[in-house]
Amino acid sequence: MYLKSVLWAASAAALTAGAASAETITIATVNNGDMIRMQKYTDKFTEATGHEVEWVTLEENVLRQRVTTDISTKGGQFDIMTIGMYETPIWGANGWLVPLDDLSAEYDVDDILPAMRGGLSHEGTLYAAPFYGESSMIMYRTDLMEKAGLEMPEAPTWQFIREAAAKMTDRDNDINGICLRGKAGWGEGGAFITVTANSFGARWFDMDWNPQFDQPEWKEALTFFVDMMNESGPAGYATNGFNENLSLFQQGKCGMWIDATVAASFVTNPNDSTVADKVGFALAPNSEGVDKRANWLWAWALAIPAGTQKEDAAKQFIEWATSKDYIELVAENEGWANVPPGARQSLYDNPNYKDIPFAQMTLKSILAADPENCCVKPTPYTGIQFVAIPEFAGIATQVSQEFSAVYAGQQSVDEALAKAQAFTAEEMEAAGY
Amino acid sequence: MATQHSRSVARLMMAPAVVLLLGWMLVPLTMTLYFSFKKYLPLRGGDLGWVGFDNYIRFVTSSSFWPSVQATLVIVGGVLAITVVLGVLLALLLDQPMWGQGVVRILVIAPFFVMPTVSALVWKNMFMDPVNGLFAHLWRFFGAEPISWLSEASMPSIVMIVSWQWLPFATLILLTAIQSLDSEQLEAAEMDGAPPLKRFFFIILPHLSRAITIVILIQTIFLLSVFAEIFVTTGGAFGTRTLTYLIYQRVLESQNVGLGSAGGVYAIILANIVAIFLMRIVGKNLDA
Amino acid sequence: MARTVTTPRKLINTAFAWAVGLLIFFPILWTILTSFKTEAQAIASPPIFLNFDWTLENYAVVQERSNYMRYLWNSIIIAGGSTLLGVIVAVPAAWAMAFVPSARTKDILLWMLSTKMLPAVGVLYPIYLLFIQLGLLDSRAGLVVVLMLINLPIIVWMLYTYFREIPGDILEAARMDGASLKEEILYILTPMAVPGIASTVLLNFILAWNEAFWTLNLTAVNAAPLTAFIASYSSPEGLFFAKLSAASTMAIAPILILGWFSQKQLVRGLTFGAVK
Repeated sequence: MYLKSVLWAASAAALTAGAASAETITIATVNNGDMIRMQKYTDKFTEATGHEVEWVTLEENVLRQRVTTDISTKGGQFDIMTIGMYETPIWGANGWLVPLDDLSAEYDVDDILPAMRGGLSHEGTLYAAPFYGESSMIMYRTDLMEKAGLEMPEAPTWQFIREAAAKMTDRDNDINGICLRGKAGWGEGGAFITVTANSFGARWFDMDWNPQFDQPEWKEALTFFVDMMNESGPAGYATNGFNENLSLFQQGKCGMWIDATVAASFVTNPNDSTVADKVGFALAPNSEGVDKRANWLWAWALAIPAGTQKEDAAKQFIEWATSKDYIELVAENEGWANVPPGARQSLYDNPNYKDIPFAQMTLKSILAADPENCCVKPTPYTGIQFVAIPEFAGIATQVSQEFSAVYAGQQSVDEALAKAQAFTAEEMEAAGY
Repeated sequence: MATQHSRSVARLMMAPAVVLLLGWMLVPLTMTLYFSFKKYLPLRGGDLGWVGFDNYIRFVTSSSFWPSVQATLVIVGGVLAITVVLGVLLALLLDQPMWGQGVVRILVIAPFFVMPTVSALVWKNMFMDPVNGLFAHLWRFFGAEPISWLSEASMPSIVMIVSWQWLPFATLILLTAIQSLDSEQLEAAEMDGAPPLKRFFFIILPHLSRAITIVILIQTIFLLSVFAEIFVTTGGAFGTRTLTYLIYQRVLESQNVGLGSAGGVYAIILANIVAIFLMRIVGKNLDA
Repeated sequence: MARTVTTPRKLINTAFAWAVGLLIFFPILWTILTSFKTEAQAIASPPIFLNFDWTLENYAVVQERSNYMRYLWNSIIIAGGSTLLGVIVAVPAAWAMAFVPSARTKDILLWMLSTKMLPAVGVLYPIYLLFIQLGLLDSRAGLVVVLMLINLPIIVWMLYTYFREIPGDILEAARMDGASLKEEILYILTPMAVPGIASTVLLNFILAWNEAFWTLNLTAVNAAPLTAFIASYSSPEGLFFAKLSAASTMAIAPILILGWFSQKQLVRGLTFGAVK
């Protein structure tokens, strides 16, 4: 083990041979588990390259507001920003990011899953390197499923999920058949209801950029979602996001949970989860007869804002943090279940990783997601759970707030859809579509 | 009588504060006005030219505008009502002779020291969470269905959180005022056999009127810009989008600086309406 | 306050006041207690009040993740610096208003307060651009100035109300004795004004310490205070009540302790001219 890390350090050092003097780079990042883990290993990077790293760790919404303000005003506060698949193509198109087209051969950029590379590129140029990638899938309690007398197919339908959820629900024992996101925000409940709608054949816009909330597919999807959650969901699901559901599932209060594939390693970690050994996985559902599943595609990625003085050091860091070697480093210290998933093909080819129960389902889910063709009907946009235009975040947050009000029982499905339609049309018109 | 000389010295002494505040007011205000007449979209290349009053019209005609004004007034009004009423009662209580007065006073003023973000996080997660929150446990203990506070009772929840933070402030000012009350006057009234309620309404409350106006004035200034409490708890959902929050959504979530700036100008106008209204009352009370 | 009351009455007062005080303080107490629990105990049902295994683990985890001392130091510098600067600017202004009042004094005061009504979010972009131009982003100096400007109206007003309570006759007498303006301020005014200044300083230190918009948006690394520290704990993954509590306790502890030690000054001084 010692020898290995020496070798690793040596190779990283070789990679940076000829680099300029040591610098201090500032990285803005999100406060999720994999990123915090990376901070722990920063010393290894400093050892290998001499560059120091300063972290600015923020909650997702604060991070977004902070980095967007900074990059659009060219504030130059950060040398690396942690951004997602939504921001990358938009910022890349604006010329705000340094293209990552000269990464070293050892880095093996072709190993990055094509779906991830595609989502983090603009016109074929990569602008951000994925630290980890995710799709969505079903996580379910094998014991409760058995008790309900059902068997989870590998690719279930929404109709099956609803039936199973109703059977698994046991209010007396505080077990909810299904936990899903209802929290307002485009990246929270907004993302979930969008993929759900996709799997019912809906889309955000038609080819002329007309919002589609007045179409029957949206109504069907939203009605189904609300009815199912009222039958079998937890109380107050209108304010539950990823974290709330994760903690419910870890406490054994959910029969099923459909959410990010990265959650699999948290729910199967015996240190945090009371149900670690009773979790099964399945593909995200579709409505019967609809050819799209509720799979999204997302990556947290590292990008370099154009204009930074420390571009070389920043590139070195990105190569280090998103490399195969980094994955091995984490595997060595924390076990294979805890490596950042979903970014590289080689991880899924690795025999050590094959034993991880959720590995293959994660890969299948990622491969099932296609940002170029999110929906059954044609769309003018790319993105699955989002629409890659600058106006989307603002619009979708307000739309999802209307939906959350439905989940909380404060308005009807029809009212919410009518408001969403009117508001979106108004915003799109103002934006000049 | 102040001499001509002392007047000019006085002016000189006031100059730094006045000039600084004038700058702090004028520079952002001018820039906000400038942006508010522009189509300024950072994500679409920044400055896209002059658009006249378009932003102003769009901001008020948006379906979110009036509800947001209403939400702002509800929060300000609700918190003021709660803090003033409870503040008076609490101040009366703390003024009574008791053991351990100092410690009780410390307990009561403590919430004022907690930063808004922290207090919102603590309330949201540890008290109002419908599954693991303390309120949920309490409700279940009494056999009731736990309430999902932040969605079902979003506005009362936020008003409660903010009131908790500002109650100490109101209590402190009112307590100082009560302590300055001439106790002989009270005792005389007591001798005359005036019942406690009468004593309260005819002696104590009039004496407190000045303190109450000041509490209202200072708190309103801070309450109009309540932000962290909403950002952390509901994110503006469930009817809690105040004017400040709406501007935040326009500027940062939709990245429309022009529109947000127009909203900022409206917010200044609203604040000034409230201020003029307040100063009418306060001004009267501050005289003499 | 020499009212005499019967012992039973005092007993009732005491019991009632303590109950209310503890109720108001409870959220803070609960946060502090939770910070010493394990994550599992933090969400135990029914909730555990005291008999849990006290642990410092959460503090260790938080400290490992973020360098608390640096945030703390920045908070102290920024809150302290802005308050100090504010008082330096405000004392002469408040003095002039209190002792050489003119017809416009009250208007000026109210105008100063009205500058606080500009919503911060509305001017984020202008100020951010200005800070880039001036090279003040992520600098303590920039934040000290901004927070000083934000709190200046309150400082001026508080000082004004204290100064006004100082009897003018004393100054007249001193002037008769040939005291210069400097002497007047140094030897007569200052000693009488110290309690008022102390509570002004305290209140504004608290306000500056808790300011969470500019301190978060204008900083990155070098100047980030505790408000930025807490922003990375608001929604970590999975169970986090205990860690959140630990981070919260760390963020509020210094100001809470300061507030408790100085509560006498704060209580005595916080009048805003409410008392005449």
